[in-house]
Amino acid sequence: MAGELVLLDFWPSPFGMRSRIALAEKGIPYEYREEDLRNKSDLLLQMNPVHKKIPVLIHNGKPVCESVIQVQYIDEVWHDKAPLIPSDPYQRAVARFWVDFIDKKIYELGSKIWKTKGEEQANAKKEFIECLKLLEGELGDKTYFGGESLGYVDVALVPFYSWFYAYEKCGDFSIEAECPKMIAWVKRCMQKESVAKSLPDQEKVYEFILQLKKVFGIE
Amino acid sequence: MAVVKLFGAWLSPYCYRVIWALKLKGIAYEYIEEDLSNKSPLLLQYNPIHKKIPVLLHDDKPICESTVILRYIDEIRPQNPLLPADPHERAVALFWIKFADDKSPLISKLFRTDGEEQQAVAKECFEMLEVLEEHALIGGKKFFGGDEINMVDIAFCSVAHWLGVIEDFAGLKIFEPHKFPRLNSWIQNFKSVPVIKDNLPDTDKMLVLLKRRREILLASKSS
Repeated sequence: MAGELVLLDFWPSPFGMRSRIALAEKGIPYEYREEDLRNKSDLLLQMNPVHKKIPVLIHNGKPVCESVIQVQYIDEVWHDKAPLIPSDPYQRAVARFWVDFIDKKIYELGSKIWKTKGEEQANAKKEFIECLKLLEGELGDKTYFGGESLGYVDVALVPFYSWFYAYEKCGDFSIEAECPKMIAWVKRCMQKESVAKSLPDQEKVYEFILQLKKVFGIE
Repeated sequence: MAVVKLFGAWLSPYCYRVIWALKLKGIAYEYIEEDLSNKSPLLLQYNPIHKKIPVLLHDDKPICESTVILRYIDEIRPQNPLLPADPHERAVALFWIKFADDKSPLISKLFRTDGEEQQAVAKECFEMLEVLEEHALIGGKKFFGGDEINMVDIAFCSVAHWLGVIEDFAGLKIFEPHKFPRLNSWIQNFKSVPVIKDNLPDTDKMLVLLKRRREILLASKSS
């Protein structure tokens, strides 16, 4: 069932981290291959010709593209270990709704926080915090979004934590001050080896962002 | 089966996605038309985050976002499956559904923009069609789903019907049959499927409404 499993990835990508966490949760061995996004490998271009993006999960030579699809695929194929997606159809629909919400909002707003200044940045920060508060509402008193164990929403959201320090420095604000419940949830997730080992150091991500800002000519 | 209700808007392709899925699965439902310029308190209660249609209500439990609804419908009524059973084939289908979800808003953007901005959107639409022609319909399949339509076909409904109407309205020519032979075949096949053919918004009515909406849009832009 395992076969040959390769993950084409880029270390700061929160999308790649999702697949890393899912694979680690299930204890599935795989080969991690770092891509240089300024010099994409032939394999990446061949396996994801439409978007030419990471992450790409290659299972027995066949590609699965898009991180949320990879997590679902991993959950289906290795369904006997650490299930991530609820079995009840309605709970599934709720989880999918929130993953869709995270995909529509968090990355884009976070990007605006480090890429822009002035009013545009202020609006992005405000909306970003509002989105985190909505997510806090969905979490409620649960240990994880998935209940007592990590679930689909947890895996989709927690990678962005590795970018929080960068957002805070660029945006001059504190996410913990605004959303303490969110940070408490993050800390619980980070106690899991699958999460802690899949997320890069926040300072490293911040340095990476500073380099990107230079390249893009953003102050 | 418990009570199923659908909050929709007759002009929305996302609403039709759900209607077709419900009909393909033989699920009886009550349809509630929403006036998008004056959304009902119920809609706002059932979809407080996005405040959009479609919303499916099953046994008083709301499900929002058309693709989430489609997957829910497919799971509660497994007959006539709308996704492949094989995990990898299913991952490929989901990839194209996500592509459809990401790109379909371009089509309505065509109608909401003009001048240079509209030209840029038209170019993006053209590129989307090129990707579909080159990558999605290989193998000479009748439908994305093979011999029968599936969720991928349903997801690309904007390309099949709404694009043509908006092109006519805006005087654009992005989709040319000779440039996109595979896509053209697919559109003809898709619109011939009885459940689709019998449940499409009337083109003339659409043009009337689009004209009115565009007038309002341009008026608000210049003021």
